[in-house]
Amino acid sequence: MGKRIGMEVAIAVAEAVGLCDIDMAAVYPITPQSHIAEHLSDLVANGEIDAEFVTVESEHSAMSAVIGASGAGARAFTATSSQGLMLMHELLPIASAMRLPICMAIANRAVSGPLNILNDHTDIMPQRDCGWIALFVENGQEAIDLSIQAFKIAEHKDVMLPVCVNIDGFQLTHMVEPFEMPSKEEVDKFLPPFVPHATLHPAKPVTMGAFAMSDYFTEIMKAKDEALKSSKKVILEVWDEWAKLFGRSYKPVETYKADDADVLMLTMGSMGETAQMAIDELRAKGVKAGLVKLRMWRPFPFEEIKAAIKNAKKLIVTDRAITFGGPGGPVFAEIKSAMCTETQRPLIYNYIYGLGGRDVPVGDFVGMFEKVLADTENKAVGTYEFWGVRE
Amino acid sequence: MSIVENFDLFAPRLINRKELLSSGHRACSGCGEVLAVRLMCKALGENTVIAAATGCMEIISSMFPTTAWRVPWIHVAFENTAAVASGVEAGLKALRRKGKIDDRYVKVVGMAGDGGTMDIGMQALSGAMERGHDMIFVCFDNEAYMNTGIQRSSGTPMGASTTTAPAGKVSSGQKTWKKNMAEIMVAHGIPYVATVCPSYPLDFIRKMEKAKSIKGPSYIHCFSMCPTGWRSPSHTAISMGRLAVETGVFPLFEVEDGHYRVSPDMPKKLRPIRDYFKPQGRFRHLKDDEIDKIQERVNIEYKKLTEKAKFLKTGN
Repeated sequence: MGKRIGMEVAIAVAEAVGLCDIDMAAVYPITPQSHIAEHLSDLVANGEIDAEFVTVESEHSAMSAVIGASGAGARAFTATSSQGLMLMHELLPIASAMRLPICMAIANRAVSGPLNILNDHTDIMPQRDCGWIALFVENGQEAIDLSIQAFKIAEHKDVMLPVCVNIDGFQLTHMVEPFEMPSKEEVDKFLPPFVPHATLHPAKPVTMGAFAMSDYFTEIMKAKDEALKSSKKVILEVWDEWAKLFGRSYKPVETYKADDADVLMLTMGSMGETAQMAIDELRAKGVKAGLVKLRMWRPFPFEEIKAAIKNAKKLIVTDRAITFGGPGGPVFAEIKSAMCTETQRPLIYNYIYGLGGRDVPVGDFVGMFEKVLADTENKAVGTYEFWGVRE
Repeated sequence: MSIVENFDLFAPRLINRKELLSSGHRACSGCGEVLAVRLMCKALGENTVIAAATGCMEIISSMFPTTAWRVPWIHVAFENTAAVASGVEAGLKALRRKGKIDDRYVKVVGMAGDGGTMDIGMQALSGAMERGHDMIFVCFDNEAYMNTGIQRSSGTPMGASTTTAPAGKVSSGQKTWKKNMAEIMVAHGIPYVATVCPSYPLDFIRKMEKAKSIKGPSYIHCFSMCPTGWRSPSHTAISMGRLAVETGVFPLFEVEDGHYRVSPDMPKKLRPIRDYFKPQGRFRHLKDDEIDKIQERVNIEYKKLTEKAKFLKTGN
């Protein structure tokens, strides 16, 4: 049986990854991810896990090294944040095109400039189209659970794609939280050994990362898209199995008091728990407010999101990143495009908030609801606003 | 030359006859680099995994769905080959230790051109060498970005005309001295560094086998003649390699645990660099005084090397 413990979330993520019989990790330090790198190093140094920890000289080399190791047939892990993720960017679509089941923890942090070490989602959003499975967590327990599930999802023969688990930097990584850590036996039961399709070994020589021109390129892109879309089925199966083994269930879209809600808010990541408190406050005042939490960013869960929001009158999409000069926040753009062909859909608003670690207390979420409810003429529908910005 | 001409007579005892880089690749005729890669594969044998950088050797050998490689081979990007190779090495090491793969020794090799080694790939290479991975890194140096159209690199020699450092009315081509990559690798304190040229196949193979035998990082800098980029006739590639060596422009040497050794193929007296410059279009514009200046530098560099070999030889 797993045990109840209290621990810093970043360290717990390293512990969880350590339960997964990884063969290799290459992690370059960056705030607020570094505790994952440090604790994994500890686990290797103390012989608690039998893996190579490669102390690379950059995140670019971290991703390159895990690609090499994964190509060799090793279960490989890395972690990063912000600028480190941006430095890895070039290699992310290569890892997915090569169908390598690499797992990565991202301690989400604002991207420069100006330099800022605190949390938002401006690092992961530019990676959206790289062909990775991208999942978000709301608390430490989810960070642990998804870090373990990630290997099973990535390595499934019908998936064979890299997975990133997004864990809000500081807000989550540096919190000491109570949670249940699965035991090694439980993880061994859940996670079978990695059986790669092909490896870089002289026993059976293969060519990986070949050069392809226009006669094959489109087909390879289509294959990647199909693989990513069909990975949803496997993710749902893995979550079902997890629920049976551990009693904690996961869904692509979670809801809170959303069924009868007139006005909904949509969050992604750790803000969900604060927003939930705002919902309770509003409900106490008689406002039929509800919350929708998006866990699965890629593949995007169109059906689940439509089902969760279609009955509301208004929907507030919150974003922790912006597509400059574009439609507003990236989540907003996604939800709008998902709903544009639906006959029954809410009026959609967008608030961009919590950038560069700016605190968003419960009152701010209540304020967003109040502002949207006060817009009786629907003037702000379809627009975006930087919440709380000083102008 | 006679050894190559009488390959069937002499070679079977000296050289692995198995071709691990198959024919049918798309390299230019007279390519010195692909010849070097072929020799490298012969020296390393089947228990090898190659990580290759983007560049000529990648595009000519791996056009999907075909491949020229009979050893496991991976290409990821341009600047990260040494990092990819270090990951392959770490992965195989762990898998072997944990009994998940055959218990056989496999050598991991990174290969890149001068751009992928000396310019954009230098950070990843420095990191991999410093970390001490059990791998060989081979730089196939054809002295410019040939794959993208003969643009200059930090491996381009002084005075060579390239498409981004062209000779013109007020320019004599490359304005900087060639980066001494082998010495930079020596400065990393790795167990083995050597320079090779495919015009000297036996020296080449001996050094490659030596690198293979070393448990730890080693670096091979391979002079790779490029008739296309050097504006020289295809059939002169081998002789161009010999001229580079005989003039001291590209001396053959090796450094084992800090001890220098100049290869026996080096002549007692160097030929003038004019002999090497003359047949190449990339040097055609150089005036006498410019060639003299380069000659002076070649003399000094060769003197430095021979002095090091004298004072830092094995046993000292």
